[in-house]
Amino acid sequence: MNTTILKISGLSVSFGGILALDNLDLDIKQKEIAAVIGPNGAGKTTFFNCLTGLYAPSAGEILFYPGRDAEAVSLKGMKPHQITEKGVARTFQNIRLFPGMTTLENVMIGRHCRSRASILGALFRNAATRREEQEIIDTSYTILERVGLAGYVNELAGNLPYGAQRRLEMARALAAEPLLLLLDEPAAGMNPQETLNIMELIGEIAADGLTILLIEHDMKLVMSLCQRIFVIDYGRKIAQGSPGEIRSNPDVIKAYLGA
Amino acid sequence: MPACRLYQELKRSLLVALWFIFLTFPLMVVKVDLVERVVHWRWKNMLFVGLAGFFFSFLGRWIMQRKNPGKALGKGTAWSLRFCPDPKIRKILIVLLLCLAVAFPQIFSSYQTTIMTTALMYVVLGLGLNIVVGMAGLLDLGYVAFYAVGAYSYALLNYHFHWGFWTVLPIGGLIAALFGVLLGFPVLRLRGDYLAIVTLGFGEIIRLILENWGEFSQGPSGISNISRPGFFGLELSLDAAILYIYYLMLAFVLVAIFIVGRLQHSRLGRAWIALREDEIACEAMGIDKTKTKLTAFALGAFWAGIIGVVFAAKTTFINPASFTFLESAIILSIVVLGGMGSIFGVILGAFILILLPEYLRALAQYRMLAFGILLVLLMVFRPQGLIAPGRRAYFITKKPDPET
Repeated sequence: MNTTILKISGLSVSFGGILALDNLDLDIKQKEIAAVIGPNGAGKTTFFNCLTGLYAPSAGEILFYPGRDAEAVSLKGMKPHQITEKGVARTFQNIRLFPGMTTLENVMIGRHCRSRASILGALFRNAATRREEQEIIDTSYTILERVGLAGYVNELAGNLPYGAQRRLEMARALAAEPLLLLLDEPAAGMNPQETLNIMELIGEIAADGLTILLIEHDMKLVMSLCQRIFVIDYGRKIAQGSPGEIRSNPDVIKAYLGA
Repeated sequence: MPACRLYQELKRSLLVALWFIFLTFPLMVVKVDLVERVVHWRWKNMLFVGLAGFFFSFLGRWIMQRKNPGKALGKGTAWSLRFCPDPKIRKILIVLLLCLAVAFPQIFSSYQTTIMTTALMYVVLGLGLNIVVGMAGLLDLGYVAFYAVGAYSYALLNYHFHWGFWTVLPIGGLIAALFGVLLGFPVLRLRGDYLAIVTLGFGEIIRLILENWGEFSQGPSGISNISRPGFFGLELSLDAAILYIYYLMLAFVLVAIFIVGRLQHSRLGRAWIALREDEIACEAMGIDKTKTKLTAFALGAFWAGIIGVVFAAKTTFINPASFTFLESAIILSIVVLGGMGSIFGVILGAFILILLPEYLRALAQYRMLAFGILLVLLMVFRPQGLIAPGRRAYFITKKPDPET
C-alpha cells in the first residue's frame, strides 16, 4: 500500500542565475500535517508556486498520488487550474481574495472546477444548471459555516476583518475539494488568540482526512500541529524530521541563528 | 466651516486665481496687433480670469468637502437600489420604460427615432464591451474593430452574393467572435496597459486594412447600396424602414440585456469577475484562464459584430471612417461612465453619451466643451460610474444537515 501523496524529487528552479530551489527531495504522507520552515527568502513560497504550477521548475519531478492505490500523476508542466482539479488547493501568503465579490461568491469560485455548467446552461437555466447552482451555494455555505464565517455571507470580501479574510481563503481552497491543502503562512499577522483558533481549524480539517502542507513562521503552531517538518535554506533541504528532531538539529539552529 | 478654515480656503483660492492669471497672461492679456504694430493690453481679461479662477476653485473645494467629510471614496450601493428598494416599484418602472420605448416612434418625429436607434445600438455595444472590460477586466481599446468586422461582413456578403440581412446577422456575429478569439490568443499573457496597447493596435490594423486593401473592401470610398433589413419580402418605405430598425434594435437590446444579465450571475460570469479581481488567485482556484478570457473576448465581439451588421443595414453605406479609434473611446466611455459591470449603468451611460451631444446642439460650437466638462465632473464625483455594480445577495433558505 502506498502511503505517499506527494513525491518530489530533484526539484530545481532558477531565476536567471539564481537557484531558488536546488535539487529538493521531499515526500508527503497521506493525511499528515507537514510543515516547510526556513528563514526568509529560503524558497518556501517558490516551492509552493512550483507545486501549484505558477512557476515552471527547471528540473525534477513532482508526483501526486490522488488516492491510496491511485496511479501517480505528474504535476510538472500542468497548468494551475489543472493541478487544482487534480486535488491540490492552496492559500496565499499575502491574501489574494476577490475583494469585489461577496464572501459567499469567493467560496463559490472555489467550486468552479467541481461544476460543469456551460454558456448555454447559463442562458437557458435548465434544471441541471439550476440544481448545480443550488449545490454550489449550499456547499459553499456549509464550508463558510465550518470556518465560522456564516455571518458574513453577503459582505464584500474586501471589507472583512483581516483574520476573517485568512479564514475565507481557506474556505475558498476547501471548496475545491482538495486532497492536499497547501497553506502559505496561515497565521501570519494574527494575534495569539486568532492563531489558536486557526490551529484548531487546521486540526479539524486534517481530521477529515485531508493532507496539509503548510509554511509557517510561528514555531508554536508548527511544533504543536505538525507531524513532520522540512527545513529549507537557500533553496536546499537542510533537515527533516519530527518536531523534536528538528528542534535539536544543529544545522537548523545554525540556519536560524546564523551562528 | 470655522473662521480660520474659511480664511485658509480663501487664501488658497486667491493663490489659484493668481496662478491662473499668470498662466493665461500671454494669451488673454497681451494682444499684438501686427497691422498697426501696437500691443493691446487687455487688463479687463485678467480681472475676469482672476475672478473666475477664484470663484471656481472655491466652489470646487467647497463641493468636495461636502461630498466626503473625511471619508474615502465609498463603494456606494447601486443607485437603482437606493431609489426604489421595493422590487414591485422597480418592476412598474421597468414596464413604464418599456411602454415609453415602444410608443417612442409614435410620439416623436422620425429624426428623433433615428437618434434613439443609434443610442440603442450603443447600448448593445456597451453591453458587449461590458463583458470584456467591466466583467472580465480586460481593457480593450480596439473594440470598434469587431463592429467593423460585422459591418463589412454584411456589406461584402450583400454586395457580392446578395445575401439578406437575416442570413448575415448570425454570420456577422460569429465572424466577429472569431476575430475576438483571434485577438484573444496573442494577448492571453498581457494585462492592463500592455493589453490596452495591443488591442488599440488591433483596432487600427483592421481599420487600415479596410482603408488600404482596395480590391477587398473598396478602400476609403466604402460600400454603398447595402440592402436594408427585409420584412418578409416586403419593400419598405424610408419611414417604415426607420420604424422597423428601431423596433429591431429595441428587441436586440432586450435580448442583450437578458443574455448579459443571465451570464453575470452564472458560473461563467463569476469566473470573469474573479479573473478581473485577481488573475493568479483565479488560476489557483481551478479556473481555466485561457478559456475564460477567450469566451469573454468572443462574446463581447459577437455583440459588436451583430450591431455592425445592423449599422451597415441602417445606413446602407459604410466606409472605414465610421470605425476610428474615437468610436472605441466612446463605447469605452459608455461602460466606464455608466459603471463597469453594471447593466443598468451601461444603458444609462449610452443614453447620456449618445443623446446628450445631440441635444446639446443648442449650445452650437460649445457643445463638445460642455460635454467634456460634464464628463470630467462625472468622473470626479462618481469615479465608480453612475451606477456602481452591486453584488447579488444570496439568501440561504435551506439549512444543510448538521451531519455533513
